[in-house]
Amino acid sequence: MSGHSTYEPKTAVERWIDTRLPIIRFGVDLMDFPTPKNLNYWWTFGGILAFCLVTQIVTGVILAMHFDPSGTGAFSSLQGIMRNVDYGWLIRYIHTTGASMFFVAVYIHIFRGIYYGSYKAPRELLWLIGAAIYLVMMATAFFGYVLPWGNMSFWGAKVITSIVGAVPVIGPSITTWLVGGFTVDAPTLNRFFSLHYLFPFIIAALVGLHIWALHVPGNSNPLGVDVKSKSDTVPFHPYYTVKDGFAIALFMILFAVFVFYMPNALLDTDNNIPANPLQTPAHIVPEWYLLPYYAILRAIPDKLSGVIALAGAIACIFALPFLDTSRVRSMRYRPQAKLYFFIFVVDCLVLGFCGAHEPNEQVIPGLTTFNLLDSDLNTYVWLSRIAAAYYFVYFLVITPILGLRETPLPVPESISSPVLSHPAAPPAGATASPEKKG
Amino acid sequence: MAESVVGAHADEAPDQDRRDFIHIAAMAAAVGGVAAVAWPLIDQMNPSADTLALSSIEYDVDKVPLGQQVVLLYRKQPLFVRHRTPQEIAEAVAGDHADLRDPATDASRVKPGKAEWLVLIGVCTHLGCTPGFDGGNLAPGHYGGWLCPCHGSVYDTSGRIRRGPAPLNLAVPDYVFETDTKIKVG
Repeated sequence: MSGHSTYEPKTAVERWIDTRLPIIRFGVDLMDFPTPKNLNYWWTFGGILAFCLVTQIVTGVILAMHFDPSGTGAFSSLQGIMRNVDYGWLIRYIHTTGASMFFVAVYIHIFRGIYYGSYKAPRELLWLIGAAIYLVMMATAFFGYVLPWGNMSFWGAKVITSIVGAVPVIGPSITTWLVGGFTVDAPTLNRFFSLHYLFPFIIAALVGLHIWALHVPGNSNPLGVDVKSKSDTVPFHPYYTVKDGFAIALFMILFAVFVFYMPNALLDTDNNIPANPLQTPAHIVPEWYLLPYYAILRAIPDKLSGVIALAGAIACIFALPFLDTSRVRSMRYRPQAKLYFFIFVVDCLVLGFCGAHEPNEQVIPGLTTFNLLDSDLNTYVWLSRIAAAYYFVYFLVITPILGLRETPLPVPESISSPVLSHPAAPPAGATASPEKKG
Repeated sequence: MAESVVGAHADEAPDQDRRDFIHIAAMAAAVGGVAAVAWPLIDQMNPSADTLALSSIEYDVDKVPLGQQVVLLYRKQPLFVRHRTPQEIAEAVAGDHADLRDPATDASRVKPGKAEWLVLIGVCTHLGCTPGFDGGNLAPGHYGGWLCPCHGSVYDTSGRIRRGPAPLNLAVPDYVFETDTKIKVG
């Protein structure tokens, strides 16, 4: 894709194919792709995500063979999959666990991109496509969560589709259009099934674009300096096929622990009750991977503003390449940025924690402080407000300003140079990095 | 046709307008055609005729004891029919002059002379959950009406929003008293 090709057809058949459809050349070049030689294990999550996508599509297509997407049949067909279909329980648990594992991997992948500045020029479009994949993933996961037609599915669908209703004037009509009735009902389930089947293929197409956009500038790397020569790279195969393969194997162990030992740990017990339009579950929460956004939504005591904040939180991820003013890619050389980044990671976890609790619940049990605006300060609603504020400050204030004001550490000239002379213990002056003189 | 093409080569300028016209006309036809095809594909997601046909229900409110409510299913949504106690009505009327987010008097939310019957669509105006009855709780921050379990919106004994994120009062559906005790909703 980047222009170079080392493939030489060896047989007449290969030559015949190569002049008509250079598909073998495509595959060979893909495996031969020059990759920075210093990628660490945080870079294996791309491969892990590809594994997750394939797992979800394979198990999902199989589940669709046994699932009845009708208001009356969905819940019982799921019980049939769990009890009657041979290995149905296994395939369903792989699919439900797989959704969570997919998000674990994508969050690590995103944080890695932020830490190492992988979104900076010339990789902005690569980042935007990735953010789009994440958005479609969230929609797909939401549609999938509705399909079991349990009570949490039903009310989750109701809350999420009501979020659209916050749009002034046309909102309620859009909600009606989306759910196909006065409220969430059987037609909603049916169309969500159709979309849940469609969206993974949109993800797959976007992943194709993501990899294409990756192969134009090539991978970023932990040092954040550009590849200068062939000695900075190794071929993708066998070096990174093996490294990614090893990481995928470790990831599969974690995956299997959930599938075989605690398949219900990430599911909600309320979803074992069939959908009941008259009874909202006492404690309604989304899946864990959406909890930070849910906390941001609830932090604001006004429907429209809450929804704007929710959309803004996702928009910040898209805007990141254009908010960051620092020319140093990797935070390895940005000590201050590193500090704010780790606070940001903790902040996202705190938001997730807040999203799992009732807004009026006390953070420190039994301690009543004072009432600020509408609630006691020692409540999850205030903790979410503080955490949500940092979330936005990180993107909109710290990231643009820090890049202009900080003093980064010296960045190595090439990928090879820090290996040959470690910056932490440089030998005296001029002899420190002889290869730089050349 | 052949002559006009030959003519186009003969002199340069005059043909440009005709080309533009053809381009614009072709684009307009294409956009119009795509829109005409797209509309049925979009509109099919709106509620179908059988869904819209679930229009009205009748109910004999006499079945609801004083101080209690029944929850009916109306257009697949919960419908609260509450038989209010004199105390609840007094609290609701007292709330008429409070600082309301969505101002409405209690009288405007019930039928004349039928203040004891409060009929509401049981869908929180925030994100659509079904509020639970708050059991006449009048502790600070509560108004004796409904409490939504999802995001803590608090409604008073008239179903008006008093606290929390919901923007509007619980909706009062269109209904009439067909007899002294029988209502027709929708």
